[in-house]
Amino acid sequence: MSSVAFAPVSARRRRTDKLARASVALLTGVALVPLALILYYLVKQGIGAISLDFFTTDPTGSFLGDPGGIKSAILGTVLMVGLAAAVAVPVGVGVAVWLVEFGRASKLAHAVRYFIDVMTGVPSIVFGLFVYITLVIGGAGGSSFAAWKGSTALALLMLPIVTRSAEVVLLLVPDALREAAYALGAPRWKVVFRVVLPTALPGIVTGVLLAVARAAGETAPLLFTAAAVNATAFNYNDSMNSLPMLIFKNVGQAQDRLVTIAWGAALTLVAMILMLTLLARLIQRRSRLS
Amino acid sequence: MSDLAAQRTTTVRPAPGPALQPVASPARAVTVERLNAWYGDQHSVKDLTLSFAPNRATALIGPSGSGKSTVVRCVNRMHEEIPGARASGRVLLDDTDVYGDGVDVVAVRRAIGMVFQKPNPFPTMSIFDNVAAGLRLTARKVSHDQVESALRGAGLWEEVKDRLAKPGIGLSGGQQQRLCIARALAVEPDVLLMDEPASALDPISTLKIEELVQELKSRVTIAIVTHNMQQAARVADQTAFMLDGELVEVGPTEKIFTNPDDSRTEEYVTGKFG
Ligand SMILES: Nc1ncnc2c1ncn2[C@@H]1O[C@H](COP(=O)(O)OP(=O)(O)OP(=O)(O)O)[C@@H](O)[C@H]1O
Ligand SMILES: [Mg+2]
Repeated sequence: MSSVAFAPVSARRRRTDKLARASVALLTGVALVPLALILYYLVKQGIGAISLDFFTTDPTGSFLGDPGGIKSAILGTVLMVGLAAAVAVPVGVGVAVWLVEFGRASKLAHAVRYFIDVMTGVPSIVFGLFVYITLVIGGAGGSSFAAWKGSTALALLMLPIVTRSAEVVLLLVPDALREAAYALGAPRWKVVFRVVLPTALPGIVTGVLLAVARAAGETAPLLFTAAAVNATAFNYNDSMNSLPMLIFKNVGQAQDRLVTIAWGAALTLVAMILMLTLLARLIQRRSRLS
Repeated sequence: MSDLAAQRTTTVRPAPGPALQPVASPARAVTVERLNAWYGDQHSVKDLTLSFAPNRATALIGPSGSGKSTVVRCVNRMHEEIPGARASGRVLLDDTDVYGDGVDVVAVRRAIGMVFQKPNPFPTMSIFDNVAAGLRLTARKVSHDQVESALRGAGLWEEVKDRLAKPGIGLSGGQQQRLCIARALAVEPDVLLMDEPASALDPISTLKIEELVQELKSRVTIAIVTHNMQQAARVADQTAFMLDGELVEVGPTEKIFTNPDDSRTEEYVTGKFG
């Protein structure tokens, strides 16, 4: 103990360290294997379907002839998820702001948090069923199956994801920033809009993307709400096609060409979500610099 | 422990006489009368009466937990932002009770600015926007001149004039703190509350802040909380010593450090406890 020199790292410590490193690396590898396999199969099986026509023509629905492309499904997914996000994102972020900035530890806030947790765990098909029973059977809006009803089910699915992730991020905004703004004489709503939300924005966007990606890939809430048609539709009060529904229908067919279309559509869906993520990153980086 | 005591027992240089300070704009006086403050059941400030003379710096000293921060936070009504916290008594800005009926808390905070212990510039805003934030957050138009004059007032202009559009968090800690001072000055307050404004900074930055306090006295009334005895001696015209939520003694800084009336004050300033 009197010596100034530090004892060398013991062989045992070295071995333990190596072992720990190796097992962490191994686990990472194990986690990456299925991901890599999924991507590999998607590309391998789906790339054959991809062509310009694939994106620009609607499915024909014919079993033996030319199966057509997936245009109506892409547009339908964009339209339905877009409407769902337009509703779920402001509401979800609003609820999160209320929880963090106003509700805090109140009884109501606890109840809302609990409710959101329950909603997160509800299987997506239940949202579909709920909309089916309330809106489809009842013929709300003068239609049975309709895109806006599909959007409703998707919005219900997105709401807890957006709210929960936004709440977590808002809680991370340091109180020192709120204090600084209040000490400048800012009213509460301005503190929220000018200081808290901009600071939390990157995190909120991440949560929103997560919710969008999740909704874009859901089949169950659309099965008996928006149903599916082959033709491109822009009317929210009509049935609309979507990528998950198209994949669902085609993948079970006894026709290799149709199965290939399902793979192509899956590849397209993944690519779309990837592009959305990249786009959001880009926008965030831009706004950071200015 | 020993170096702390040594630091406190070193002879302290009294602040330059107030007569040397040209008064550019007469600021307002703050008078705290029979202030009591609670956090839930905890009585943190007890019956405190204290005046902050206009265009003078008053230092608040005392051991940790003695209620210094609570007092300054009561002056601009930041205390009430904490859930469960409440206060009673009067805080007069000249003749107006900031706790009076119908007094807008927003107006109070515009008149009484605050600088915190840790620099807290808004991370999403540029240097310019940080300074402009106070004005924008209170719905006033912001001109470049206002921002420039606030940054000059905080002694930061020369260092940042070429990078006003860069993020405020890209500055050094000391620069960030002066940015926060500029942000507080931009709304042209009458009073500036500083809660240990230099305790997170290096000695050079600390010195800059202290020089700044001297300059700012010509514009505002200053209340500065500090744990650093020399700092109190260097910047304050008047010093108040607090203990357990009570005001033990207040007087000219020189007197508090050389010849206090209360033995507890003497023990504290000579480093015998705290
Ligand atoms: N947010 C809070 N909630 C509950 N009690 C608090 C809170 N802030 C301060 N207190 C209590 O009030 C008393 C006074 O605290 P205050 O922060 O005013 O002391 P201080 O003199 O500024 O101390 P320091 O020098 O450590 O900053 C302390 O006993 C403290 O525990
Ligand atoms: Mg304090």
